[in-house]
Amino acid sequence: MSVEMSNLLAIVGMALATWATRLAGLGLLGLVGRNRVLESALDAVPVAVLTAVIAPSIVNGGPATTIAAAVTVIAAIRLPLLATVVIGVASVVVLRMLFA
Amino acid sequence: MAPNTTSEFRAGALAIAPAAIAVVPFGLLLGALAAKKGLSPLEVALMSATIFAGSAQFVAVDFWQHPAPWAFLTLTALTINLRHVMMGASLSRHLGAFSPASRSLWIFFLADEIWAMAERRAANAELTPAYYAGLAMTLYLNWVCWSTAGSLFGSAMGDPVTYGFDFAFTAIFIGLIIGFWKGPPTAVIMAASALAAIAAERFVGGAWYILIGGIAGIVVAAALSLLQLEAVGDER
Repeated sequence: MSVEMSNLLAIVGMALATWATRLAGLGLLGLVGRNRVLESALDAVPVAVLTAVIAPSIVNGGPATTIAAAVTVIAAIRLPLLATVVIGVASVVVLRMLFA
Repeated sequence: MAPNTTSEFRAGALAIAPAAIAVVPFGLLLGALAAKKGLSPLEVALMSATIFAGSAQFVAVDFWQHPAPWAFLTLTALTINLRHVMMGASLSRHLGAFSPASRSLWIFFLADEIWAMAERRAANAELTPAYYAGLAMTLYLNWVCWSTAGSLFGSAMGDPVTYGFDFAFTAIFIGLIIGFWKGPPTAVIMAASALAAIAAERFVGGAWYILIGGIAGIVVAAALSLLQLEAVGDER
C-alpha cells in the first residue's frame, strides 16, 4: 500500500483548499457587483501580483540577480517573451559566475 | 467547436512553453524532496495532480513529517493560495467564451503561469477555451510527470538555481509585466506592490508577502481611479 492515510488526508485537504481559493475568485464578482473603481483594481491584479511574486527575490538575490533583472527589463521592452527569457537566464548564469 | 480550435490550442501550448521547460527541474526537485520526506511516487503524483500549485507544494513538503500534519498543511495551502482569489476574480471577467459549468472546472488549473498567460491573451484577443486548454494541459502534464519522475530518481539532480532555472520564472513575469504596461500609473502600482512585498517578506515572513504585495498594488490602483487619474486604460 503506497498511499498512507495521513498523507492522503493532507493531499486531499490541500487540494480542496487550493481549488476553493480558485473557485472563490470566480464567484467573487457575482457577490460584490461591479463598478469603475473595482474594475480599475481588478485590471491592476496582474501587475500587482506578478510584481509581488518577484520583487523580494530580485532584491534578496544578490547583485547578479538584481543586474540580470535590469537586463531582462530592457530586453522585455524591445523583444518578444521567449527571447526575453533566454536573455534573462543567460545573463543570470554569466553574472552568477562573475560574482561567485 | 470553432474551426480554429487546433491553432488556438497550439498557440496556448506555445505561449506556456518557456514556463513548461523551466518547470522541469523544479518538478524533479520537488519529487526528490518529497521522496526524502517518505512520500511514495504514487503520493507525489497524486499531490501534483490534485493540488497543482508549485509554491504551496514546496512549502508543504518542507513541513511534511510522519504522520502528516494534515490540518496544518491544509491551512498552509489555503494561506499561500489566497492570492488565487484576486487572480480568479480578475480572470473571471474574461471567460465569456467558456460555458458557466466549465469555468469551475477550468479554474482548477489556475497556476500562476497559466493565469498570467491567460490574462495576457485576454488583453489582446478573446480568451478561448482551446487556448486556455493549451496553456493548462501543457503545464499540468509537465508538472505531474516531472515531479513524479523526481520522486523516482530526482535525488541525482543538482540545484536548479545553479543553472539559472529559478530566474526563468522571474524573467517570464518581468516580460509579462512589461506587456501589461500602461504608462506612469503602472509604475506607481508596481512600486506599491514591490515595496509592500519586500517589507512583508522581511518582517511578516512566511508566504504572506505575495498576498500583501498584491493587495497593496490593487488598493493603490483603486485609489488612483478614485482620484480620476485614469489608473488604467478604460477600454474593455
